[in-house]
Amino acid sequence: MRDITLGQFIAGNSLIHQCDPRTKIVIMIVYIAMVFFVESIPAFAIPFVFLIVSLLLSKIPVSYILKSLKPIRLLLIFMFILNLFFTTGKHEIFHIWKWSLTWEAIYQSFFITIRIVLLVTGASMLTLTTSPIKLTDGIERLMNPLRVFRFPAHELAMMMTIALRFIPTLIEESDKIMKAQLSRGADLESGNLFTRIKSMIPILIPLFVSSFRKADELATAMESRCYHGGDGRTRLHSLKFGKQDLFAGLMTLGFFGATLAVFIIW
Amino acid sequence: MPIVVNDLSYQYGTPGNTQFALEHVSFTVEEGAFLGIAGHTGSGKSTLVQHLNGLIPSAAGHVTVDGHDLGDKAERKLARSLVGMVFQYPEYQLFAETVYDDVAFGPKNLKLSEDEIRERVLTALQRVGLDPDTFKDKSPFELSGGEKRRAALAGVLAMRPKYLVLDEPMAGLDPNGRSAILKILDQLRREDGCTILMISHSMEDLARHATRMIVLDRGKIAFDDTPEQVFEHAEELFALGLSVPQMTYLSMLLRQKGFDAPSVYNDETALLEWIEGRIRHA
Repeated sequence: MRDITLGQFIAGNSLIHQCDPRTKIVIMIVYIAMVFFVESIPAFAIPFVFLIVSLLLSKIPVSYILKSLKPIRLLLIFMFILNLFFTTGKHEIFHIWKWSLTWEAIYQSFFITIRIVLLVTGASMLTLTTSPIKLTDGIERLMNPLRVFRFPAHELAMMMTIALRFIPTLIEESDKIMKAQLSRGADLESGNLFTRIKSMIPILIPLFVSSFRKADELATAMESRCYHGGDGRTRLHSLKFGKQDLFAGLMTLGFFGATLAVFIIW
Repeated sequence: MPIVVNDLSYQYGTPGNTQFALEHVSFTVEEGAFLGIAGHTGSGKSTLVQHLNGLIPSAAGHVTVDGHDLGDKAERKLARSLVGMVFQYPEYQLFAETVYDDVAFGPKNLKLSEDEIRERVLTALQRVGLDPDTFKDKSPFELSGGEKRRAALAGVLAMRPKYLVLDEPMAGLDPNGRSAILKILDQLRREDGCTILMISHSMEDLARHATRMIVLDRGKIAFDDTPEQVFEHAEELFALGLSVPQMTYLSMLLRQKGFDAPSVYNDETALLEWIEGRIRHA
């Protein structure tokens, strides 16, 4: 339970870390668009170089970026094989019974895999260089215009912040409850799927009860410190755009332009 | 046979930056003892007691309960039925719809017969002073704080542990609730022959109830003796962020002022008589 790494943020003081979270979120969206505009494997070079440049600027060890691929390794393999089997093409390599392996299928498999890898590693660049607090702050500010339509931007961001804040607390709590029930002879490891799910009840119910209690206490604590939602609220650390944001924006624009050019010309 | 802890160490932290939560801890708990465990916050008390029923597998050193080495996975399961563990705020683990079902959780896991489970649940509820007829069909969530604590304690007692380990069982209870729990523990020890190991920050409670005390300091055993002997070392205890019972402290202060007050630790009568004598003479 304790090994779960959440909010994989790595503190740093690099150019990327200093960027405004809003800039990074927008760049992230542009980057995703960029990856989807790529239509051939060689053209992936552009977003790839973009990723490498930002990785170097952020001074984040490559191993951390690769770690973000670990949870989706099964998905990658699955997608690769699926494409290998279900892509039809003209250039056949060999065939067994009704199925044939084609060059197009191999190409398509690699194409999709590279695309997912680029998307995931790019997205983890955002969470690796931006603290959860800054990230929700940025999301809140970006959603602010939606308040015209009575969209609760601040409340949503606050909920996200609180949820993130409580993940370690809940892990600790479930660890404690699990130990207590194990001491009463609870068996969490054996039996079929159904008995295993049933054996989670003595852990989940106390966990829910304590979550509700904690939520209630937190609400009281916030209200007694005069929290009343987003209206008229100022910030301790207000977000400001700086030179690094301009630099990052221009760089992204350049790479996006290049991708578009390749997209249109080919 | 007793609980034997032999050269137990436990480290935590990232490689290259480890800290000892426990450092070469060895002691033996004889059957029938009431062992008090004291120590400042972070001294390793909770880590130590979690080793005693194998919740934390011993990485360095050995823990044996009645000859079962807890380093072995199968033995660990067996030891869990011998060593009952009551965590801090045990009421937070209540989960079942009725008090009866919750207390029955442990015995059910031991795969006992319905009759045996029933008998154990009712005895356990009586032991903790909750009248079975009134409480067994209530939801554990509608009990008062003190009652919840006792219901949770009953849940552990229904396992009929030979050794009962408690991590600050009185935390957050009012004086009434505190003495109720202590009374239950004393009864268990005397009538059922249960060995008690209790972590507590209350020097008074330890002085009155423990037959032996272990004081931990930064993962090492600082003292391991009878409460009477341990409380002789008041200065050292203060330095460890602990204290001595109020009465002990009072007689200590009197002696520092040059009076010949008797040294007391769990029975204030001698000190009171001495004070009374002084007042009469004055």
